[in-house]
Amino acid sequence: MNGAVLLHLLTYTSVLTFVAAVAFRFYRIASMPLHLRWEIYPVAHETGEKARYGGSVLEEVDWWTKPRRKSLINELKATILEMIFLVALFRHNRKLWYWSFPFHFGLYLLVLLLGLLILGSIRIGPGIPVIQLSGLEFFLLFLTKITALLGLVLATLGAAELLLWRLTSEELRDYTPPAAIFNLLFFLVVFAVAWANFLFVDSDFVLSRAYIRSLLTFNLSVPAGHPLLALEIVLTGLLIAYIPLTHMSHFFIKWFTYHKILWDDEPNIPNSSIEKKILEQVQYPVTWAAPHIKADGKKNWADIAGEEIDP
Amino acid sequence: MKKGVKVEDIGKPSGQLAHVDVQDLPPFISASPYDNPANVPPWKPLTDRAKQEYEATLDDTIALNIPKPKTREEEQELVRRFLSGLEKLFSRENNWAFLQPLILSVEHCARCQTCIESCHIYEMSGRNDLYRPTFRSEVLRRLYFKYLKPGGRFFRKWQHGDIDLNWTTIARLIELSYRCNLCRRCAQTCAIGVDNGLIAHELRKLFSQEMGIHPKELHTKGSVLQLRVGSSTGMNPVVAKDNIEFIDEDTAERTGIPIETPWDKEGADILLIHNAGEILARPEDHGAFATILQAAGISWTLSSESQEALGYDVINYGLFYDDVMMIKVAVKHAKAAAKLKVKKIVLGECGHAHKALTTIADRILTGDLNIPRESAMTLLHDIVFSGKIAFDPSRNDFPVTLHDPCNLVRLMGIVEPQRRILRHTCPRFREMTPHGVDNYCCGGGSGFAIMSSHNFEDWRMQIAGRKKMDQILNAFKEEPDPSIKKYVCAPCSNCKGQIRDLSNYYHLWEKCGIHFGGLVELIVNAMKDAKPGYLEWPG
Repeated sequence: MNGAVLLHLLTYTSVLTFVAAVAFRFYRIASMPLHLRWEIYPVAHETGEKARYGGSVLEEVDWWTKPRRKSLINELKATILEMIFLVALFRHNRKLWYWSFPFHFGLYLLVLLLGLLILGSIRIGPGIPVIQLSGLEFFLLFLTKITALLGLVLATLGAAELLLWRLTSEELRDYTPPAAIFNLLFFLVVFAVAWANFLFVDSDFVLSRAYIRSLLTFNLSVPAGHPLLALEIVLTGLLIAYIPLTHMSHFFIKWFTYHKILWDDEPNIPNSSIEKKILEQVQYPVTWAAPHIKADGKKNWADIAGEEIDP
Repeated sequence: MKKGVKVEDIGKPSGQLAHVDVQDLPPFISASPYDNPANVPPWKPLTDRAKQEYEATLDDTIALNIPKPKTREEEQELVRRFLSGLEKLFSRENNWAFLQPLILSVEHCARCQTCIESCHIYEMSGRNDLYRPTFRSEVLRRLYFKYLKPGGRFFRKWQHGDIDLNWTTIARLIELSYRCNLCRRCAQTCAIGVDNGLIAHELRKLFSQEMGIHPKELHTKGSVLQLRVGSSTGMNPVVAKDNIEFIDEDTAERTGIPIETPWDKEGADILLIHNAGEILARPEDHGAFATILQAAGISWTLSSESQEALGYDVINYGLFYDDVMMIKVAVKHAKAAAKLKVKKIVLGECGHAHKALTTIADRILTGDLNIPRESAMTLLHDIVFSGKIAFDPSRNDFPVTLHDPCNLVRLMGIVEPQRRILRHTCPRFREMTPHGVDNYCCGGGSGFAIMSSHNFEDWRMQIAGRKKMDQILNAFKEEPDPSIKKYVCAPCSNCKGQIRDLSNYYHLWEKCGIHFGGLVELIVNAMKDAKPGYLEWPG
């Protein structure tokens, strides 16, 4: 097996690992039992004045008789602002936001860069000199370059500062395991190689587009074209596969913590799917061992709930 | 203040892990009597006997009495039971109620420490590392990855940090799970949605449900007593009825409005359930409720159920430490309403009961037991603005501020009804800073308000309650003169208990003219049809 084939296989494996790890984690979390309500206000989908001060439907007399008002726009607004601008961090830890925001925004731009490179690999033919590109193609290349430059500047600066902060902050010293340092160093190494490629090897992304095209067309014999680019492909692949295996999977886990816990105020209506789930879950056996629970492994939650305590 | 406590130190047998020096605590606002250290009560040290008998190496106090092991076998037994409970805490069958939020919080913290600044206990301890909301979570996280997850101990240590598991770790962790008010202000600030308050709650559950370790005030004198006799106050229905009869008579005398509290009225619209502590400690609370509901022509009743159902004490301390106890009590509350065939349950001025029965029990009560539950705040708001009762706000012409109970406000979103009432009936109402969903806990949350063993009250007053004390002083900073009567409205029984203790501890009335009470007393105090002076000031 030659190097090009190996590189392609590694890239495919990385992407598949990423997808599989995200899918596995997503499924694992989504298939957990329905939990008790544990919301915190403000809840983003509230409407009108309530959305401003953090009120809820529970402020209304006979709330269960009122039509349930939820604002998808408010929820989307809060979600999108949080995703893009890390609003919670901006509000509660401004010092960290100054470095965390560039890092995350830089990563978003680098993901966008990947999208632009895929688009470019489809739209721009191989081996065409920049001078012969059409207006649209030239614009696409320009956009790709700007995105790459901005993404790399922000992500590198952010990662470097986050690393420095982790290493020097008294506050974080005891809360920074070796893996946290490794993660940031991993990012920085990937960015350093990406910089080297961008500056010295593949400024116009000709090789990158060719490699992506070969990935999309399963033409495994196309080489990376330069050892530094091959190194970048290997490292980026490993990073992509690694992220969802760690706590950095919070990039999608946040959807659960916000939408399924902190903002989950869905009431239990008679004969609803919620009630059905509760009725299923109270059949789970209980094995807690404290004497007052009086569990024997056969009794379920419904049995235990209805049982009198010892006199 | 000893700072720099490391997470792994928790398992290292040593002297006391952290020390609180009153001199290092943040000062109260200037120009208050508490500028002068002589006005701040001294912190009573633990007795030598307490230190000898119980685990006392966490900090300067004891919340639970964990006896010291006599043999190596006893130590190992504690570790074995802990590991067994840890496994159950993360199992679908034993912890379906909180499994998803727990796993998300344990596995996805970025350890950025953003949440620590939101914690009143951390801030008011002079930023003692032991009281970071992340400290106990980090201990649990490391134990979880070390003992429950595959990957090898070396890899997990590299990934999450080191921790020893021994008797010392567990005994200190048990105590540490009771250094958090479960106010969840930290969770409100986390960008990822990690909930360190939940982790403290889950640890308490592990210790109670698996190891039978819980504060006696919450379990034996709380949930168990309530399930045995009907109320954690020890009142049986006969005593409760006697007390209410007396309250009715006394209230009628004070207001000039005859009232008669209805008991066990089948088919009433509303079953009102108080925190029974109010009936004993603050009879003016029920007196005011009865006066208002009667004046508004509401169809309501109390319930005297005490065995198959629980009708006259709405407390549910299980919420703070034990799901099984919480569920047992919630189900019995619902049964009391079902028996009387009422249209809804209205929760009196008790924050944790609001949350336990309205939102937490929402996914427990099914079928006929899923009877609508509503806050007294909304009902009172409806009554006050219905025009059925005439008010003279000039009767409440004194400075009033509002404490927002965490369970009612941050955790249920009931924010405005109570303040609209205050704006309507109290011309000199002013907010604390911050307030609403950004409020601070009174320091008595999660059951602390009724916990005072050894010198725990000193910890509760000097650290947990310090932020609220500071907020109260700030709210009235323009009127420091103790001859100006001032009122802290706290529409929650536990919060009132904590503010009462703060008041007694710091002599708030004598030094600052600050009194406290509920919302209903202010409403009746402003009722035109009532004789003036329902509100009684101390002294």
